[in-house]
Amino acid sequence: MRRRLRRIIQSLSALLLNGYWYFPISRTIYQGQLKSICSPGLNCHSCPAATTACPLGAIQNFMAGIRVSMEAARYHFGFYVLGWLGIIGGLVGRMPCGWICPFGLIQDLLFKIPGRKIRIPDIFSYGPYIFLALTIFILPIWVVDAFGYGFLWFCKFICPAGTLEAGLPLLILQPTLYGMVGHLFYIKVAVLFFFFTWSVLASRPFCRTVCPLGAFYSFFNRVSLFQLKYHPEKCTHCELCYRDCPVDIKFYESPNDRRCIRCLVCLRESCAFGAISWEMGGTEGQSSRPKTSLVNSQ
Amino acid sequence: MRKGPFIVICAFLLLCLIGMVTGEVRYVLEKAVSICLDCIGIG
Repeated sequence: MRRRLRRIIQSLSALLLNGYWYFPISRTIYQGQLKSICSPGLNCHSCPAATTACPLGAIQNFMAGIRVSMEAARYHFGFYVLGWLGIIGGLVGRMPCGWICPFGLIQDLLFKIPGRKIRIPDIFSYGPYIFLALTIFILPIWVVDAFGYGFLWFCKFICPAGTLEAGLPLLILQPTLYGMVGHLFYIKVAVLFFFFTWSVLASRPFCRTVCPLGAFYSFFNRVSLFQLKYHPEKCTHCELCYRDCPVDIKFYESPNDRRCIRCLVCLRESCAFGAISWEMGGTEGQSSRPKTSLVNSQ
Repeated sequence: MRKGPFIVICAFLLLCLIGMVTGEVRYVLEKAVSICLDCIGIG
């Protein structure tokens, strides 16, 4: 049941963030007021069922249009979206990655397919910061067309969530778009299948090597209101937390590590010795439940 | 109790409010309700 709770919340989030089920009849995307709110997870707003805006898409739009908006004295710098993400990060850090993000759920489900599993080298964990800096901020501001608008580099050239949730469904809904499909779209489909395949072999490869949204939230893991607490006096270094961790963190070496997606598997399922607990704004929460039989056997 | 998280949250809340006051909410909505084919690799 404890494992199922996260899966239920992930599924409900995915359904709520993609709750416009009228799209097969309307044959277009949702256009209501909810789209002025950004989703806490990666969810393309061009998805026909999407009910909220994608935060990465929104930030890139601000950065891409920054020169034009300044010339027009509008001064849109994306503070609304950055502030919104910062509030979420300040409250819970990267928890949306583990509990809300629909693309995270897809990767989790793919990793459940039995077979040989591989670990992702730590060096790749710097990838998301490079993608965040380059594709979300620097390139959209720097490389502009004749009218002064930049491109949405991450959405256009990389985002597999956009291909899965928007590109492919829109082609099905509007077959006339087939005529516009070029090499770039095939490359994006290849990127999607690459990450799908990698997700079967390794846990959460996209989150750990590319996702700029996770990179942004990761800055808050050590300062957020929600914190995981380590109790070294109870820890036996059995490494069960490391074995179960979807992002391969040794909790006892680095609690609240920037890579931690706050899925709480270590707290709720792995640790049998009560060595992990959580706190929210100074209020202590439940610790990992000591399993009596295991503790006695030590 | 740690003060750091509250300072961070208040700072970003302020940032969010500044964005709302300068009309960024409408800009987000405008972009999110239209399909940008170029942005998803089609076209």
